[in-house]
Amino acid sequence: MFRWLEKNLPKIVMAPAVGLIGWFVYGFVLWTLYISFTNSKILPKYELWGFGQYEKLWASRKWLISVDNLLIFTALFLIFCVVIGIILAIFLDQKIRAEGLLRTIYLYPMALSFIVTGTAWKWILNPTLGIQKMFRDWGFENFTFDWLVDREMAIYTIVIAGVWQSAGFVMALFLAGLRSVEDEIVKAAKIDGASLFTVYWKILLPMMRPVFFTSFVILVHISIKSYDLIVALTQGGPGISTTMPALYMTQTAFHKSQVGLSAASAMMMFMAVAAVIIPYLYSELRRENAR
Amino acid sequence: MFLRWFLYFILILFASYFIFPLYVMVVTSLKTMEEIRQGTLLSWPSGLNLESWAVAWGGRGYGAGDTFLRPYFWNSIKMVVPAVFFSTFIGAMTGYVLTKWRFKGDQWVFLFLLFGCFIPFQAILLPMARTLGVLGISNSVIGLVLVHTVYGIPFTTLFFRNYYISVPTELVKAARIDGAGFFKIFFKILLPISAPIIVVTVIWQFTQIWNDFLFGSTFSFGEAAPIQVALNNMVLSSTSVKEYNVDMASAIIAGIPTLIVYVLAGKYFIRGLTSGAVKG
Repeated sequence: MFRWLEKNLPKIVMAPAVGLIGWFVYGFVLWTLYISFTNSKILPKYELWGFGQYEKLWASRKWLISVDNLLIFTALFLIFCVVIGIILAIFLDQKIRAEGLLRTIYLYPMALSFIVTGTAWKWILNPTLGIQKMFRDWGFENFTFDWLVDREMAIYTIVIAGVWQSAGFVMALFLAGLRSVEDEIVKAAKIDGASLFTVYWKILLPMMRPVFFTSFVILVHISIKSYDLIVALTQGGPGISTTMPALYMTQTAFHKSQVGLSAASAMMMFMAVAAVIIPYLYSELRRENAR
Repeated sequence: MFLRWFLYFILILFASYFIFPLYVMVVTSLKTMEEIRQGTLLSWPSGLNLESWAVAWGGRGYGAGDTFLRPYFWNSIKMVVPAVFFSTFIGAMTGYVLTKWRFKGDQWVFLFLLFGCFIPFQAILLPMARTLGVLGISNSVIGLVLVHTVYGIPFTTLFFRNYYISVPTELVKAARIDGAGFFKIFFKILLPISAPIIVVTVIWQFTQIWNDFLFGSTFSFGEAAPIQVALNNMVLSSTSVKEYNVDMASAIIAGIPTLIVYVLAGKYFIRGLTSGAVKG
């Protein structure tokens, strides 16, 4: 008995983690998947109902708006984070004075919650006392900046706050990537007469492919899961103009008590994330095994 | 030379964009409402007026509708400390087994755990809410400790596994020949060299759990709510006139613990971020 225990101790120590994740991650996802095929309202029902909830979901105007918003947000969020992140990383890489301080400033938003930063942005962007008033007081009397309360434009305020929060992170990834390149390569290129611009554009950035890939995966992942920022900044409003899938899911589940429908929306999110993550994990593992 | 100036100009321009909201938060929290209406976002406060901080933290002292952050701040502490401890401990153990007591199929077990880093939590919210109800710990700090411990395990395992994999296995083998057991090897050989990864993991978990809103707002309300939920409720409550100075003081109070950790241990924070920032 004791020998057996000793021999299997490592597996016994692993068991709680594997059991917890098996139950709370895999079991729960399967439960949600099952419920998405039932006609559950407030309480879950277990008779199968086919794809009805998915049909309902894709016929819902609110869900379609959510998906639209997610696509707009993801595209802009990706572009701005990556462009700003790369510019900052390259500029910081030029033996800048006070680099540590600047880096700290670029990255501190990542330490704050979206609720905290959303609260701040909401105050800054509010038309009565925020930026709009500041510019008007400075003499630009016709200056208007009321995106926060404009149905068409409110989604872009979420982009502004989201980029502000995450661009520094992309900067950190690229800076680490640039620093890992051998100095020799850069020196050799310079001796050959390449300008600094050419060195980055033709040599270093193409070498950063894995970093681009990682940033892409992480940023898309963040954007699909966006929830807190929207709650803090617009609560999906004005109207439903800034709803996104994560918000749709919780509202449908906990305010409207449409459990089956919300499970279907959760599974759509799950599949979207899986479509990005599985190739990523696959390539990461291959890289690790190649080493 | 011109290029250098241009470089610094752009870098400082972006630095001001990043610092701007924090600056606005701090100065706004120090103004009176009168000053806020008259000045602009950037204008300097007339003095060190800490009243809105006092109101944000401890309320105004009259009964109904007087929400303030102090009790929720303690809720968050009571939630974060055990959740960080348990998830870090479990992660250290699984990371240890996965690298130093390898068994057949351990790579699959790792992948099995790792996938938990990526799932959108919406896919587990409904069954989790029911489970907490069945266990009788919905709307309680204990329930949130359970939730954060469980969903932290994939990350803590990832951190420890990637750290321990670079520790030479020969050390462990030699100790085993000398008759040291499973726990002795962990406590005598691995734990003493684990300080950096423990710091990374604790900071990562602390920041994630402190800043969480989705779980907090779904599984708790009223008195058991953590601070982010309370902050959001405070800011959204439309019962009285908007007091932006109190809102900003509240936001700073809710953000200051993680900000302090970031400033003191930024290096470790970034290490965690670059190896585990798959979580939104």
